[in-house]
Amino acid sequence: MNLTRTLATARRVLAQLRHDPRTVALLLVVPCVLLVLLKYMFDAQPGTFDRIGPELLGVFPLMVMFLVTSVAMLRERTSGTLERLLTMPIGKLDLLLGYAIAFGVVALVQAALASALTIGVLGLDLAGPTWAVFAVAVADGLLGMALGLLVSAFASTEFQAVQFLPAVLLPQLLLCGLFGPREDMATVLRWISDVLPLSYAVDAMSRLTTTTGVAGRTVLDLAVVGACAFAALALGAATLRRRTP
Amino acid sequence: MMNSSPAGPGPAAPAATATAAPAVRVEGLTVVRGGRTVLHGLDLEVARGSITGLLGPSGCGKSTLLRAIVGVQRTAGGRVEVLGEPAGGAGLRHRVGYVTQAPSVYGDLSVIENLDYFAAVLGAPRTDPARVIAQVGLAGHERDTADRLSGGQRARVSLAAALLGTPELLVLDEPTVGLDPVLRQDLWRLFRSLADQGATLLVSSHVMDEATRCDRLLLMREGRLLADDTPAELLRSTGTADIDSAFLDLVESTR
Ligand SMILES: Nc1ncnc2c1ncn2[C@@H]1O[C@H](COP(=O)(O)OP(=O)(O)OP(=O)(O)O)[C@@H](O)[C@H]1O
Ligand SMILES: [Mg+2]
Repeated sequence: MNLTRTLATARRVLAQLRHDPRTVALLLVVPCVLLVLLKYMFDAQPGTFDRIGPELLGVFPLMVMFLVTSVAMLRERTSGTLERLLTMPIGKLDLLLGYAIAFGVVALVQAALASALTIGVLGLDLAGPTWAVFAVAVADGLLGMALGLLVSAFASTEFQAVQFLPAVLLPQLLLCGLFGPREDMATVLRWISDVLPLSYAVDAMSRLTTTTGVAGRTVLDLAVVGACAFAALALGAATLRRRTP
Repeated sequence: MMNSSPAGPGPAAPAATATAAPAVRVEGLTVVRGGRTVLHGLDLEVARGSITGLLGPSGCGKSTLLRAIVGVQRTAGGRVEVLGEPAGGAGLRHRVGYVTQAPSVYGDLSVIENLDYFAAVLGAPRTDPARVIAQVGLAGHERDTADRLSGGQRARVSLAAALLGTPELLVLDEPTVGLDPVLRQDLWRLFRSLADQGATLLVSSHVMDEATRCDRLLLMREGRLLADDTPAELLRSTGTADIDSAFLDLVESTR
């Protein structure tokens, strides 16, 4: 690991984002717009918004980050800059961590905006502390980013990269407990849902809506989400090959 | 890490054996790409401090050979040794500069942002980006976005990135393609001055008239080496007046 190279990479990725203000605007605005939509969809049943609002506050940024990072990494590969970098003295994990830091900054801003909007403006009624909701939202954004970087290793075109969203995220979305209690699922699906990281992300959020304070289980869920994000990054670095066919 | 600054005419080599050894030694290199054998057991050497031209028709395997030398090509057999180490070794990564055939720069970043980033990755001196921009004749374009440059300008940004950190070996895949005669002349003067300072250059091209600017030529065809000689000797042995004819003559005689 080399901090200079990691930070130089993070700076470079942020510079690329700065040159593309429309992508940044979409990254920050889309989750917020979706949350506003959700609020007024359940205009007559504020209880429903209070229940699923926080869960989707975690899910929307995750999806957006997943898409953006998988395409960003793929562009690095198709532009030939990845091949150049791999002949240079930069570690594969340094490169991915650079991306992670840059998009982590974006995830932070995104989570801050979305939580401020949902809790401050849309009046979401929470039992748990606001900061914990923010923390889970950031962790979800980081998980989306790490999964996006990982799957981009398996995509060779942008069409393939975009297809990974339905392939990797939608099954998690169905099984994470958003549409019904995980206890009600077929046993096998229940087991699968137990090993999918999104289940922990959504569990953490739903527990924050119903219980005051931060339960030990919530901290554990948060740790699982963080560990999965890091594991995805490490796996992404391991699957990156300096030599290609 | 400024351990690779250009040395004078008598460079203080790290070890006596290192100067004697060739910059690149390829033995029995075989590469299979997409199910086809693209390089058939190549053997060759590239001498230090020289400019070697790699010539041959499109698809004969020039880029594949260069990729194997910089260590990004998966190989199916043989050995590639670069500056005394196995190709692609960690110790080589700031001693070898590589220009891919298609310019590999970040299109959405400016020229200087691109070079500052690659310089940081290499640990090159902070003054290096300005130096290499001047060397490739892009002064005044520092703040231009790479995507908005002309094709030849973008290719020169890619070349500039390979010059960062003053590498001992430069592997250049068609660096002058699409450039006008004046610019080509300037770049070949730059290549010569780099070689005079002790660097080794391996330059692929299919512009045969560039061949006479090289110290040595490797002529390739269908993944095999047709000739490995000086331009003058090649013309003499084939009794031809230019490298184009020499190449055609060699193709005829090996049929
Ligand atoms: N990514 C790839 N996958 C499979 N086969 C490839 C790939 N790239 C090149 N090849 C094959 O390898 C052979 C040699 O290609 P290479 O790019 O080395 O040729 P070249 O001499 O550099 O040609 P050019 O002068 O057109 O650049 C070609 O026959 C090509 O079809
Ligand atoms: Mg080529």
